[in-house]
Amino acid sequence: MNQTRLHEWHVAAGAKMAPFAGYDMPISYPLGSVEEHLVTRRSVGLFDIDHMGQVEVSGPGADGFVSGLVSAKVLDMKDGDARYSLLLNERGTVIDDLFIYRLPGSWWIVVNASNREEDVAWMNARKPADVTLVDRSDDTYMIAVQGPRAIELLDAVSDAKISAYPRFTSGRATVLGVPCLVGRTGYTGEDGVELFFPADKAEALWTGLLAEGNKRGIETQAIGLAARDSLRFEAGMPLHGHELSQDISPLEAGFKWACDMEKDFTGKAAIEKLAAEGVQRKLVGLEVSGGVPREGYEVQDQSGRTVGKIVAGMFCPTVKKFAANAFVEPGVGKVGTTLAVTIRGKAVPAVVVKRPLYIPAYRR
Amino acid sequence: MSIDKNSRYRASHEWARKDGARFVAGISDHAQEALGDIVFIELPAIGKTFKQGEAFGVIESVKAASDVYLPMSGTIVAVNDALAGDPAIVNKEPYTGGWLVAFEATEPSEWDSLLTPEAYEAESGKE
Repeated sequence: MNQTRLHEWHVAAGAKMAPFAGYDMPISYPLGSVEEHLVTRRSVGLFDIDHMGQVEVSGPGADGFVSGLVSAKVLDMKDGDARYSLLLNERGTVIDDLFIYRLPGSWWIVVNASNREEDVAWMNARKPADVTLVDRSDDTYMIAVQGPRAIELLDAVSDAKISAYPRFTSGRATVLGVPCLVGRTGYTGEDGVELFFPADKAEALWTGLLAEGNKRGIETQAIGLAARDSLRFEAGMPLHGHELSQDISPLEAGFKWACDMEKDFTGKAAIEKLAAEGVQRKLVGLEVSGGVPREGYEVQDQSGRTVGKIVAGMFCPTVKKFAANAFVEPGVGKVGTTLAVTIRGKAVPAVVVKRPLYIPAYRR
Repeated sequence: MSIDKNSRYRASHEWARKDGARFVAGISDHAQEALGDIVFIELPAIGKTFKQGEAFGVIESVKAASDVYLPMSGTIVAVNDALAGDPAIVNKEPYTGGWLVAFEATEPSEWDSLLTPEAYEAESGKE
């Protein structure tokens, strides 16, 4: 089992630890995951996300290689820009979802911990001779600082004006004395940043941000993976292995917007074929009453016929609702459709609702 | 971890306490701590009868759904309706405001088979 460099800090803080993607990670702190979620929505949450991987791609052929590798349009990106994309296989299903940063002279690709090895192998197998690909995960640390007051905190402790960075851009800044790549990105639906910096500075930056926040009267808390999941879920963001996987097409999951059909990329032909045939299932949001909907539970129509399955479900602390994401037959996917979810053998009422349940800050 | 000295316990972390002619039951502080934030509680209908150790309800935390077992055989005479609106009461007050059900014991002698506070403390401390 891998540990991040903050492992001892988490344990000392009383975190409940559990394995995630091969790492022993903090699931929640004594504050509790519901309150951790709410702190992030009202002030600042700090996330140890060192399990995430980073791949740097450079060389004369890098632009063309990255463009053909991923689904999103990337060649229009300017230095510093950050963009969401998918890594597809030839079947047009999702190997991973990525955040891609265009840096001066290289591409910086952030990958999910659980897919890192497969991503790197996939990329290496396809990379031409004039492209250099380096897995920077081990020497790069990653912390997310998220919440409506995150930028105020960052501005106060950085040598650059982070508030001047537009959403989905990045820049170099020194934060509490640590040289960072600062992306105005995140996975919570709140404003905020993701910091990339030398791994040996992990504890200094983490404890420094907590102390500086609270010293300035900005409530700042460490947040575990359970709240990270509920935050991303409410904000409509996918988690690979749930809403996206190698068994799921972007068309089924509502990610056509992340596919640039004007360019060539791996998986495009399969996407075009599925688009012509039409999808057999689609991702919908469900609001459920009478229990907590969870992954694997079946969805029925009003006649009791099984029409789909839940891939993620939980209590949503901000909207105070039980909700799920499910793949269902397209015919029952319209907002307002009455369905049922089987919880412990009992069918409880569910209704298809508009996603996301919580509108992310950058869309308001 | 706190222990209610007036209750008796099962190793599966439920408590029962005499309340006049009836008993009340809930889950221990150790149990609520292990479950984490509780977000939904399913309780039985009044009048339902359970054997000792039989599952009478379900507590859903952020991470999982867990059965809860009646410490003694009995018939449910009341359920804690406040938990429907605020299940987190069980996290905050597992022995008082967070009680789950009241029951009439059908086998009152089962009380003697339950763990004393001291025995439960020793038992749950091992985990």
